[in-house]
Amino acid sequence: MRDAAGMAVTELAAAIASGELSAVEVTRATLARIAARDGVTHAYLHVDSEGALQAAAQVDRARAQGEKLGVLAGVPIGIKDCMCTRGLPTTCASKILEGYVPPYDAHVVERVRAAGGVIVGKLNMDEFAMGSSNENSAYGTARNPWDSARTPGGSSGGAAAATAEGLAGATLGSDTGGSVRQPASYCGVTAIKPTYGRVSRYGLIAFASSLDQVGPIARNVRDAARMLGVIAGHDPRDATSVTRPVDDYEAECGKDVRGLRVGVVKGATDRGCDPAVVEAFARTQKQLTALGCELVEVELPHQEHALAVYYIIAPAEASSNLARFDGMRYGLRVNGDDLRDTYARTRGAGFGPEVKRRIMLGTYALSAGYYDAFYLKAQKVRTLIKRDFTQAFSRCDVLITPTAPTAAFKFGEKSGDPMSMYMQDIFTLPPSLAGIPAVSVPCGLSPDGLPIGLQICAPELEEKRLVRIGHAFETAIAWNHRPPRFS
Amino acid sequence: MAEYETVIGLEVHAQLTTKSKLFCGCSIEFGAPPNTHVCPVCLGLPGSLPVVNAGAVERAMRAALALGCTVREHSVFARKNYFYPDLAKNYQISQYELPLNENGRLVVEVEGTTREVIIQRIHLEEDAAKNIHGAGSGESTLVDYNRAGTALMEIVSGPDLRSSSEAEEYLKRLREILMCLGVNDGNLEEGSFRCDANVSIRPVGQKKLGTRCELKNINSFRFVRKAIDYEVARQITVVSGGGTIRQETRTWNETQGKTLPMRSKEEAMDYRYFPDPDLPALAVTPEAIEAARAALPELPEAKRARYLAELGLTAADASVLTGHPEIARYFEASVAALLARANKLTRDAAGKRVANFVQSEVLRYAKADGLRVELPVTSDHVAELLALVESGEISGKQAKSVLADVMASGKSPAKVVAEQGLSQVSDTAAIEAAAREVLAANAPNVALYKAGKTNVMGFFVGQVMKAMKGAGNPRLVNEVLQKLLSEAP
Ligand SMILES: [Zn+2]
Repeated sequence: MRDAAGMAVTELAAAIASGELSAVEVTRATLARIAARDGVTHAYLHVDSEGALQAAAQVDRARAQGEKLGVLAGVPIGIKDCMCTRGLPTTCASKILEGYVPPYDAHVVERVRAAGGVIVGKLNMDEFAMGSSNENSAYGTARNPWDSARTPGGSSGGAAAATAEGLAGATLGSDTGGSVRQPASYCGVTAIKPTYGRVSRYGLIAFASSLDQVGPIARNVRDAARMLGVIAGHDPRDATSVTRPVDDYEAECGKDVRGLRVGVVKGATDRGCDPAVVEAFARTQKQLTALGCELVEVELPHQEHALAVYYIIAPAEASSNLARFDGMRYGLRVNGDDLRDTYARTRGAGFGPEVKRRIMLGTYALSAGYYDAFYLKAQKVRTLIKRDFTQAFSRCDVLITPTAPTAAFKFGEKSGDPMSMYMQDIFTLPPSLAGIPAVSVPCGLSPDGLPIGLQICAPELEEKRLVRIGHAFETAIAWNHRPPRFS
Repeated sequence: MAEYETVIGLEVHAQLTTKSKLFCGCSIEFGAPPNTHVCPVCLGLPGSLPVVNAGAVERAMRAALALGCTVREHSVFARKNYFYPDLAKNYQISQYELPLNENGRLVVEVEGTTREVIIQRIHLEEDAAKNIHGAGSGESTLVDYNRAGTALMEIVSGPDLRSSSEAEEYLKRLREILMCLGVNDGNLEEGSFRCDANVSIRPVGQKKLGTRCELKNINSFRFVRKAIDYEVARQITVVSGGGTIRQETRTWNETQGKTLPMRSKEEAMDYRYFPDPDLPALAVTPEAIEAARAALPELPEAKRARYLAELGLTAADASVLTGHPEIARYFEASVAALLARANKLTRDAAGKRVANFVQSEVLRYAKADGLRVELPVTSDHVAELLALVESGEISGKQAKSVLADVMASGKSPAKVVAEQGLSQVSDTAAIEAAAREVLAANAPNVALYKAGKTNVMGFFVGQVMKAMKGAGNPRLVNEVLQKLLSEAP
């Protein structure tokens, strides 16, 4: 039997559909690999062996009966712990939701199940998706499979680490300001942040509602495209869901990219980028030229404000979104002397320091007398950032930047300094604020042997372009690096 | 002592008559077992999202257009943030800046003076859950989320009312309009029409508004008057005593007959309103607005004017009959059916007859429950019954007993009359036969009559009617008796 851990989602699905592999043996192999390796990586917060084996057996039965199988039939899938899974714990890596079991599946989880995907478990993350290193998980941090002394990135660190180490065929993460792209970059895998509204947020526990999007993390672009095809599409339960029909993303793999105009942001790597990242980015431009792409220099004049805008809007929305965690209806409750005291004790004990910091920031930004100066102004600048992209896309078809200014850093390196941690997101924040799609694909290794990511952005609902160029690039550089301990 | 003018503005929360809640598909049925009409959305479970109920938007728009408001093509839902267990998300989705509707008016009349009240805004918002204090072990509070998320519209008036009677009149007229539109069931007991009042006083002639107090818990028309009257007197006492009014929220305590302080302005919460990122701006097309405007029904005020002009009603009658949309419909259907049956009647006469009969007889047995009214008989039966009176087949007095039998049996009035042989005998031969017998048997009275004691006529009529078991047409009986008495030697 082939080693399922090394196989792409599309290969696995084909092997299971043809009968070469059974879904149950693939699931068993994945569970065994998790048992052997996740003690170190700690990508999973909860592994559902029983549920996964049952789902796999169902796929095998369906195949035996000659039923038509879904595009993910039998493929082991991990789900970031901020997406509701019926009957499975969903904690957002927070103490406040310890033991919480949702009564319903998130839209994306329904879609994965309907496509035959086998849900293996729930993945580690920064608490409520707030963080860039996974160090904010209340249940212990996930580690980078390339170097366990380093962060897998965040907030979808568990998802990226599990994908990189073959602890799932592919995973679903969520991205608010870079939370699938940055960890994908640190772990040498691919992640797509779809257009805001392309994927329903129903059942995704909100961090910042106007920014949150679920996105796939996979070991190659074709797999990510397949996953996106499964989760994208209109959902009447999400009022911000887009109605436009879903494109055939996978069909973009292998298409020619000659003549494609690639925008390079002027001075993109001037600010705080590691030399290894600067070098990889320069090499990438040459490789794209070699593929026949035309490089165009573009400007995003308001980009420098993205960090400030993001750290007003996201915490403001979060302060309101997280108000419901009060110990009254579900999750942790610490009884106090009266109602107010119970609220204070519950939230005091349930939330970690970064979550509290952002709730306070957001509460302040929305307060009477500060609203206009902070929240309203941030919204106006957000509009300008969005307009920058619209203008840039009149001159290019896609736009590239590094995904993050550095490769994976060591634990503790930035955890004492929130600002330097926040700087990890400077490239991923602008597309999030603009609501446009972006992909992170590996573009090389640092001298330390750590992966570096390339971010490609496209105009609204043009995920097809990301797949086309991402796949062409990945093929051109023959990316097949795996973490040292992979096999 | 200075003279003071009362200034009142009202905020009405009217529950919309949608089948489901404002942001989810749960039923809004009243009185269901606690926490049975709930789902992830109205329980605010993590990951759930709101989706606006189009029926609620349409109803609020209907109300707004009837009150002359401008409907905004793009309005915005906002979050009002505060912690309380009756709020599943610890924020309420409401409209703050950019509400759906603005700038309407409602004219009220009290004792001959009219007052134009500006409707500042009508916006949509979700209701909170219901806290049941002292439940269970006695110490605890239980929360019933059945009501959580119910669609409300808040109707905010300007500070344009000048007395508690004007306030009461405004509320009555507003409630009547909302019920006529079918957007609110007007049920004060079940809390589907609730009111808060902002009350202040100022010296007569002063332009600047005085410091206001917001009165809560005044959920009946009677309480509104009592609470406002109490509050005005309280404020006058404070100010005339040299004191100043503190801006605060006060609650009406019915047992003590007082308004009591709840919280002061300093304690007022900062709700940190901001546009709800889960809900895109609410878009209403100009076509939808015009379609809703075109579909507005005749409003109570126009109905009253028409009843006065066309159906000969008094203002008092018109007011009663337009007070509930079902009763107005019933009244008009009865008039139309009566005109169809008794084609010699004028509209005016038919209107009067139906108005009198419905008010004095039918409404006594009517049971109103929100927008539904259980009426004892159909409008067709009312018309049939009044047509029988009109043709002289039964007397007005008999009509009442026939009504009772129709109510009891469900049979048509004509059938009841036929079965009980109540039809008045208009056959002069039969009456004459009976009359002759009566006169023959009462010769001394005939003599008295001839001698000028004409008041014995009543006795003869009574005897004839008795002989005919009450079925004789009284007018004919009279005529026949007079004829026979004048003929007799
Ligand atoms: Zn519900």
